[in-house]
Amino acid sequence: MTIATPENAAASATMKPLNLQVNGVGVAVPANARVLDALQNAGFDVPTLCYDERVGPKGTCRMCLVEVEVDGRIETVASCTSFAAEGQKVETHTEELKDYRKTLLEMLLSETSAAKAFPEDDKTAHSEFYRAVREYDAKAGAIPLIERRKPAPDPNPFIQRDYDLCIACYRCTNICNEWEQAGAITVDGRGQDSKIFSFFNNNLLDSPCTFCGQCINTCPTGALTDRKLAGIDPHETDHTKSICPYCGVGCGIELVTKGGELVGTKPDFDAPSRGSLCVKGQFASWEFVKSEQRLKHPLIRKDGVLQRATWDEALDLVAANFKKIIDEDGPDSIVCWASARVVTEANYLLQKFARIAIGTNNIDNCSRT
Amino acid sequence: MTNSIEELADSNLILVTGSNTTEAHPVISLRMKRAVSKGAKLIVVDPRKIELTKWADRHVQINVGTDIPFFNAVANVIINEQLYDQRYVAKRTEGFEAFATHVQNYPPEYSAEICGIDVEDIYFVAREYAKASPGAAICYTLGITEHSCGSHNVQSLGNLGMLCGNFGAYGGGVNPLRGQNNVQGAGDAGAIPTDLPGYQKIEKAPVREKFEEAWGSPLPARRGITKITAMDQMIRGNVRGVFVMGENTVVSDPHANHAEHALKSAEFMVVQDIFLTDTARIADVVLPAAAFAESEGTFANSERRVQRVRRAVDPPGEAREDIDILLDLFARMGKPQDIETPAEVWDEMRKLTPILAGITYERLEEGHGIQWPCPDEDHPGTEYLHRDDMESGMPGFFAPVDHVPPAEEPDDEFPVMLTTGRRRSTYHTGTQTGRATGFELLVPHEMCEIHPDDAVDWGIEDGDTLRISSRRGSVTVSAKITDRSPRGTVFMSFAFPELTRTNDVTSDAYDFITETPEFKAAAVRIEKAAEQNPQWRAAQKRVRLAGEVIPPTTLKEQHPEEAPMLADD
Repeated sequence: MTIATPENAAASATMKPLNLQVNGVGVAVPANARVLDALQNAGFDVPTLCYDERVGPKGTCRMCLVEVEVDGRIETVASCTSFAAEGQKVETHTEELKDYRKTLLEMLLSETSAAKAFPEDDKTAHSEFYRAVREYDAKAGAIPLIERRKPAPDPNPFIQRDYDLCIACYRCTNICNEWEQAGAITVDGRGQDSKIFSFFNNNLLDSPCTFCGQCINTCPTGALTDRKLAGIDPHETDHTKSICPYCGVGCGIELVTKGGELVGTKPDFDAPSRGSLCVKGQFASWEFVKSEQRLKHPLIRKDGVLQRATWDEALDLVAANFKKIIDEDGPDSIVCWASARVVTEANYLLQKFARIAIGTNNIDNCSRT
Repeated sequence: MTNSIEELADSNLILVTGSNTTEAHPVISLRMKRAVSKGAKLIVVDPRKIELTKWADRHVQINVGTDIPFFNAVANVIINEQLYDQRYVAKRTEGFEAFATHVQNYPPEYSAEICGIDVEDIYFVAREYAKASPGAAICYTLGITEHSCGSHNVQSLGNLGMLCGNFGAYGGGVNPLRGQNNVQGAGDAGAIPTDLPGYQKIEKAPVREKFEEAWGSPLPARRGITKITAMDQMIRGNVRGVFVMGENTVVSDPHANHAEHALKSAEFMVVQDIFLTDTARIADVVLPAAAFAESEGTFANSERRVQRVRRAVDPPGEAREDIDILLDLFARMGKPQDIETPAEVWDEMRKLTPILAGITYERLEEGHGIQWPCPDEDHPGTEYLHRDDMESGMPGFFAPVDHVPPAEEPDDEFPVMLTTGRRRSTYHTGTQTGRATGFELLVPHEMCEIHPDDAVDWGIEDGDTLRISSRRGSVTVSAKITDRSPRGTVFMSFAFPELTRTNDVTSDAYDFITETPEFKAAAVRIEKAAEQNPQWRAAQKRVRLAGEVIPPTTLKEQHPEEAPMLADD
């Protein structure tokens, strides 16, 4: 989960790595690592409901509590906020810790909608929160339900906000205010009355929201989802890693398909872009691909009008005309323009085509425009 | 970029000029905001009050097209106050003496007058930039390059980078943020009239010989012509055939009427694209291509990182991947190729291209892309350039450059400066974002951004339909009153060509070295249009009903007569 950022790398390069024992398994981590890094590197997993590596540890959900031995004493600490230490012994799954996590999860369940808390076939069943609920066998109703105040529904076409599923982990407000720094959403109220809110009328379209979608992608419960993916069962989709088709940042995306058809995109958290996207990458990088207006057949101009043709007709016509022009006026009377929109391999082939099949260096691309 | 995106978060200072980063490169702006959170200084030098200025320590609002006097004056202060890195300059650069003499022509008071700023801004930028170096990054985009003196603008930034030792410094550098997903890759692959793959010069005989041997074919020795020159030659009848792959030239190029006229004058034009764009519409042959999500290959991003693009779905109808179409054309031109797959194409290229030689598809599968130069398969790639130049003895050359005003400046007939650029939720000519549902709610149509005081003087209200005219053409557009524009300068993008083809009015001037058009400066006249578009006014005053999901709409069929051409089987 921890990406080797330059600040981490620079710090750890100058210091000796630390050796720890996690549940009896030896593991080495960089000098500035957290206990959470150590247990993850050792192959153990604890729920981290308030944690997003991009905004750093918050230590509020208390789900990642572990026992560490310090100077012979056992202390219970949040592994996300605690720094690893040389020779530290860490226990992640004692009976006490498991019971503790179960109780915490039941308290969180008491804040979510009862109807949605048993997600047998619910679309949110894959979420981080419900994975933890199942793993620790937490029961909805074990603690009486609390009716929390809910903000008014929001009509924006991108981000579905269902606060029946919100556990107030604040990952969305943290990513919005500390990473994207849009300041579109905030926490209103305190304690069990707290709710996620956007000024002034809770309509994101009227807020500074940039619709980067990062709140959706960090939300651990499904309270925030991509409206364009509404009704798509995540168990029935395939994901293909690729690169966003817009600007030159080259953010990693996952193309989401169902039955051979594009239905959406998600960020690739493993890519150097660290799961960040903008409104275009998140919400506009696939619909144009399946547009009805896509070209599906070659076209040839006949009698002044473009008309449908076969590939052989079209390609023969291109070759015949280029040969004729080369014969009459030489290869420099033809120009080829490549594209900053298509793959490098096609650009390579087109410049090679211009240079050896046509015989001209009149090859350019749209970098100037 | 000389340096990497992630490094920006660690920069001591970031100077952003001619880049509306939060809108044009939102995810790079996250690293800038992160740097500010960690205590870095952020300086924005831009005629417009762009969103990024909210995070900036200083916004220096220079006049459009006055970059060189500004940066020359900054260099003047850095040199005269002895703030530059004397050891770096002595060891790694050439031409310092001449440059130091040259910038004496740009005392801060003189430049401040030209730039329309407070002279203290120049001292502030000079001292802060020098103090934060090495490790101070300059980031720029088309606001620097899309001028008739664009290449000199870039050199004026390079001068600063060298003065303060920022080339080869972690978190430093002079970084162009590239605009399109694979503009870097297109250049890397040699789709340039002067260069073979990897920026190897076609006019050098040993380079040609290497490629001639590998390709088994002679190569033309003389450099080719750029797009801008080619269009002039079409009108003169010297260029008769055009092959356009994936570009909507008619809409994206400046002085669009001229571009359209040029392409129509060509005898035979082929367009390979995914949509029947305005450019495809005037072609003789249109070849349907696969989109990115239907193709295998690589894109290279702004930080020189080669990353894999993968096919998730099949192309529609008979559309085919670009490389398959091109390989077929090779055969029909009597030059059949014995390569088939994208991986084989890549392998052929990397073996001829030293900077890409160590990047293989296998390595790209394992990791998250590799940054060139990557000379061999054991090389990890290069995060920032010029690290070892001191050792290799490759100096940087100072370039004494002079102020060149935009080719067209406001006058009595066309009294307003028009500058163009991007908005976050629209992209280029709108062929992609125009088809994404919901986006019409973010930016519904083209808008001309006008300073509130100008709007009062000109009697214009929000949502009014305006006619914007230049010496080359005129368009209608909706008015947007905002202090993002400085007085006397208005702003438009070009993403809504159906109703507002912005490039009908942009300038036909271009940089004399790179032939990059001067999109950023055109003199225009602004009038309230005789015919008002009530929808534009309504859109600006849209009332949203709480609780009601706004139904998505899709791009309307703009050309119903084309339906048969686009029909399924």
